[in-house]
Amino acid sequence: MKAFTYEKARTPADAAAAAARVPGAKFVAGGTNLLDLMKLEIETPAHLVDINGLALDTIEATPDGGLRIGALVRNTDLAADARVRRDYGVLSRALVAGASGQLRNMATTAGNLLQRTRCPYFYDTNQPCNKRVPGSGCSALGGYSRQHAVVGVSDACIATHPSDMAVAMRVLDATVETTQPGGAARRIPIADFYRLPGNTPHIETVLAPGELITAVTLPKPLGGRHVYRKVRDRASYAFALVSVAAVVQRDGAGRLALGGVAHMPWRVEAAEASLPRGAQATAAQLLAGARTTPENAYKLPLAERTLAAVLEQARS
Amino acid sequence: MTPHPDLNLSRRELLLSGAATVACGTLDVAQAQPAAPASPTLAKVSLKVNGREHGLELDTRTTLLDALREHLHLTGTKKGCDQGQCGACTVIVNGRRINSCLTLAVMQQGASVTTIEGLGTPQALHPMQAAFVRHDGYQCGYCTPGQICSAVAVLDEIKAGVPSHVSADLNAAPQLSAAELRERMSGNICRCGAYSNIVDAITEVAGKPA
Repeated sequence: MKAFTYEKARTPADAAAAAARVPGAKFVAGGTNLLDLMKLEIETPAHLVDINGLALDTIEATPDGGLRIGALVRNTDLAADARVRRDYGVLSRALVAGASGQLRNMATTAGNLLQRTRCPYFYDTNQPCNKRVPGSGCSALGGYSRQHAVVGVSDACIATHPSDMAVAMRVLDATVETTQPGGAARRIPIADFYRLPGNTPHIETVLAPGELITAVTLPKPLGGRHVYRKVRDRASYAFALVSVAAVVQRDGAGRLALGGVAHMPWRVEAAEASLPRGAQATAAQLLAGARTTPENAYKLPLAERTLAAVLEQARS
Repeated sequence: MTPHPDLNLSRRELLLSGAATVACGTLDVAQAQPAAPASPTLAKVSLKVNGREHGLELDTRTTLLDALREHLHLTGTKKGCDQGQCGACTVIVNGRRINSCLTLAVMQQGASVTTIEGLGTPQALHPMQAAFVRHDGYQCGYCTPGQICSAVAVLDEIKAGVPSHVSADLNAAPQLSAAELRERMSGNICRCGAYSNIVDAITEVAGKPA
């Protein structure tokens, strides 16, 4: 691990200012992803701004009937919150489908959104990777690509976003709240938060350098049946090959997003009009324009079948 | 693996050449990013471990795991993968189980840490330790301290109503079933495969017949 200097921030504005002031600074909260990447020297911050002391660890009701989730609320606490379990079941389900009990006790809401990909070539510092070393090439395109993205891909990167929580947040139309280095606040709809890889796969979100996530807000509850179904290589503690987050109403209308198939949680609102017509019609629209490799082409029928299972579960 | 006839490198030479490859591969990034501090940064850290206060001066890079093992010489907590995948380093911090390899000691300033040494002693075993012995919940024993710390915390999590991936009803109190215990213990890997005996041990401590 590269040496770094360290400070504990006292307020969100101080944290954002510190991160903008010191070149190569990074925020650390749970650290479950960052520390791992620092050991491998994939992340090499010269300065760490520890934000765990900021009072951003509560979940509060909003005036419009939703919830405001502090950036530092741990995944365990978010999944276990009685309001989340009752009104946003898809979020609770997505959280407990991810990682392990130990990791969920450390991992935070904001950190979960900002997880880096688990592409094996991103992790392998002996191989080219445009996300790790911009311009060096993509080893996954000609390599082992079974876990990789099938929609929204580019010639520069076919990595997936690893989060389960973010897929539920996308279905729930969450909003990411931030503090910028100058102290100004910003609200970013989750639909606009992530970027497709394009030619700059190393830039994963629209956050500016030093911009600190302070909270994630949820609109008022949608009602309906909440389902999160994750397909993976083992029954627990593995990343998704394909996952489906869905909120389905009694009349068959609803909304859904996929995990494990793209550089971001994958939602196509236009495809949701097809939900009452079933999984096949919906999946066809949702995955239109897919670009697969021989190794990950299985994800297209798998996504359709997983969606069919989710719709059946929602009807039951 | 058969050595390549033309490549008669010693292990040391091989490691050096590997390091050079890595250095070349990441040169762009190293140039693009500000240099790390020239010398290691030290920080004062106080930790309450198993009820005892300790003041340490540590390199900021020191994980909680390394602080426990290398500085406080509490070697009961094990280093397995050192990347959060195996659970051998599980300890209880401020009442919650975490992977001590994935947090910096300096981030845990003032924290209260319980390791396997703090749960019980050879003379007075913690009920979970005694149950692991009774049910043969281990073979080589390397993952056992992490398994036991995890298991103690799992029962607290169930009591607190934390749901799991296999909880049928999110709004009901979680059950103490074998399926629940297996799911909740999935962050602790046992390569000897003592899983079924581990579930029996935890079930006994939880007060249900195995």
